[in-house]
Amino acid sequence: MSKRIDVKKTYKLFIGGAFPRTESGRTYEVKNSRGVFIANPCLASRKDLKDAVVAARAAQSGWAHATAYNRGQILYRIAEMLEGRRDQFAAEICELTGVTPRKAQEEVEASIDLLVWYAGWTDKISALDGATNPVAGPYYNFTIPEALGVVGFIAPKKSALLGFVAGIAPIIASGNTVIALASENAPLSAMSLAEVIATSDLPAGVVNILTGKSSELAPWFASHMDIDGLDISGLDAKLVTEIKKGGAQNLKRIHSFKEVASPGRILAFMESKTVWHPIGV
Amino acid sequence: MTFEYAPAPESRASVSIKPKYGHYIGGKFVAGEKHFPTINPATEEVLSSISLGGKKDVDAAVKAAKKALDLHWSKLSGRERGKYLFRIARILQERAREFAVLESLDNGKPIRESRDVDVPLAAAHFFYHAGWADKLEFAGVGTKAKPHGVVGQIIPWNFPLLMLAWKVAPALATGNTVVLKPAETTPLTALLFAEVCEQAGLPAGVVNIVTGDGSTGALIVNHPGINKIAFTGSTEVGKIIAESVAGTSKSVTLELGGKAANVVFEDAAIDESVEGIVNGIFFNQGHVCCAGSRLVIQESISDEFIKKLQKRMEKIRVGDPLDKNTDLGAINSRAQLEKIKELALAGDAEGAERWSPECSMPNKGFWFAPTIFTGVTQSHRIAREEIFGPVLSVLTFRTPQEGIDKANNTPFGLSAGIWSEKGSKILWASQKLKAGVIWANTFNKFDPTSPFGGYKESGWGREGGRHGLAAYLKGVTHE
Repeated sequence: MSKRIDVKKTYKLFIGGAFPRTESGRTYEVKNSRGVFIANPCLASRKDLKDAVVAARAAQSGWAHATAYNRGQILYRIAEMLEGRRDQFAAEICELTGVTPRKAQEEVEASIDLLVWYAGWTDKISALDGATNPVAGPYYNFTIPEALGVVGFIAPKKSALLGFVAGIAPIIASGNTVIALASENAPLSAMSLAEVIATSDLPAGVVNILTGKSSELAPWFASHMDIDGLDISGLDAKLVTEIKKGGAQNLKRIHSFKEVASPGRILAFMESKTVWHPIGV
Repeated sequence: MTFEYAPAPESRASVSIKPKYGHYIGGKFVAGEKHFPTINPATEEVLSSISLGGKKDVDAAVKAAKKALDLHWSKLSGRERGKYLFRIARILQERAREFAVLESLDNGKPIRESRDVDVPLAAAHFFYHAGWADKLEFAGVGTKAKPHGVVGQIIPWNFPLLMLAWKVAPALATGNTVVLKPAETTPLTALLFAEVCEQAGLPAGVVNIVTGDGSTGALIVNHPGINKIAFTGSTEVGKIIAESVAGTSKSVTLELGGKAANVVFEDAAIDESVEGIVNGIFFNQGHVCCAGSRLVIQESISDEFIKKLQKRMEKIRVGDPLDKNTDLGAINSRAQLEKIKELALAGDAEGAERWSPECSMPNKGFWFAPTIFTGVTQSHRIAREEIFGPVLSVLTFRTPQEGIDKANNTPFGLSAGIWSEKGSKILWASQKLKAGVIWANTFNKFDPTSPFGGYKESGWGREGGRHGLAAYLKGVTHE
């Protein structure tokens, strides 16, 4: 009996619910911590980003107008699907980063729990940040937080799964859609998460995932006029000034975060809307 | 028969304007080196000579603000800070007449508006924020929230005192000290506000006022001693500010331009809507960032509506801002008048149809008749660019969704109006419209308890309400 040969996975992009290769035909080599070849993920291009923005914009209104209850159930569904594939994700993290199996398990479990935590926020964030305002006149006046729109996310280089989930979950919880750029040196967990997302009833285009170089793509995220916000938690410090200057072109809301679990991560990509109506007979 | 109105001018006696003003720095008026005139836009009379703030003045103001922060302001409890704000609110109420007359003289707005809107709302903003000063731990901003330190504030000419109040009140309530630059063409009420600070016994340096033009503003924005910038003005300048602070630790809030749509559905109460549209665009000569400068009206009622609107516009009284019967005052400056004229000519050239009522206007000063353009399409400049004058562009729609799409077809997102007698339609439209402030069956209403600010290129952050406090604190939970 000869030894069975593994069937290796081709890592592609995740755009509009499909798994296309990069239009550029480029890939780059990912090796593990011992220098062993792991995979050739896509080196996504500006055109891939543009395609992803089109998909994200098309999905945004529908996702934002889904009920908060529905969005919560779908985020919870992503957690359920990930729970069922814990071992696969842990093994992938182990192989790529060289952490102990125990550490890898912990990261996967923390990621699942974080999805559950954000799932619970979808129908509570308005109570936290909304208000009725006692204006000095016969008007009913209230303020509600609303999803910002299309948000970009430059994922942290380390903490390839937890850091990634900590970016996309709060962005989509409120009704935004997202284009995430996975960790450059550890993109595989994010691309495997796309398979989980694809089977969680999340509408196509709500989460779009690219792999590639943040030094190449982040400036295009910043200057894209149809991206409303940008989470730059994973951006190299030396690129921050350039990215913020680029974002000024359409006054993008640009933020970065240290905490993984915080309602502030949801609210950073929401806008307050205040509505007035007269009271009278 | 027509009713004629006898002149009913408000007296100027309550106001005394000095021939020359310095900057208000560290509790004293400091003479500037260069000066420029501020004029009454209704008569072109020179009102006073104003100091043009340069590097030395901005340095001195930032230094004074930092000193006041370290020595006095940061040592006070919230309760004591709040008492100063209450005092300011009361003094503004006591001197309301003086402020209203001075505002109308320097800005050109009707006394009816400065008296009934600008000044009372300015006092209300101080009163509201005074009460927050000792309750910040309950404001939902987290327990780690701290003031930024020295805040640079740059305000526009359309609501000079009111914008000062929107900026200074929350900044002081949260424990910051201030370097404020009033607009080049309307510095007088800010300089009078310095007297209010004196009368309130506010520690020297807590509020510093440096007058000047855009170059003075740029010095404030780029000063290393400024920890936070709050700017109200054009989107163009807002983007420059966003770029210049990129990569610094400065925090920024921006209240910028707008091109608000007033969406009128066929089931609207027509007469009420006509009043609302008139108020939406002709309030303050249309010099309002949230002005309802596009009328987006359902085709089925468009003709009837425009006729009624024109009839109503014939009753608008244009003239002396100090006359208590005046509806539409002077355009704030020659430069602004030129900009309005240029965009109106673009409206003619691009094929829209211009209409204005016959109205006689003074020979001197800067004036523009209330104007509507019909037959406007979405690509016209007058449908896309902020005119910031009494010019309304009319677009039509057939289905409600088309109305929403047209309303949202702009890079701005400050405000929007909805006119309908059907509750479910109002709530549907209010969800769909991409704007920070939605007025349904009303327009241009403001209140210190009500957050104000825009989506998209209309700015960053909110002013007013609990939400406005976050802008002046760092380490906020929701930052």
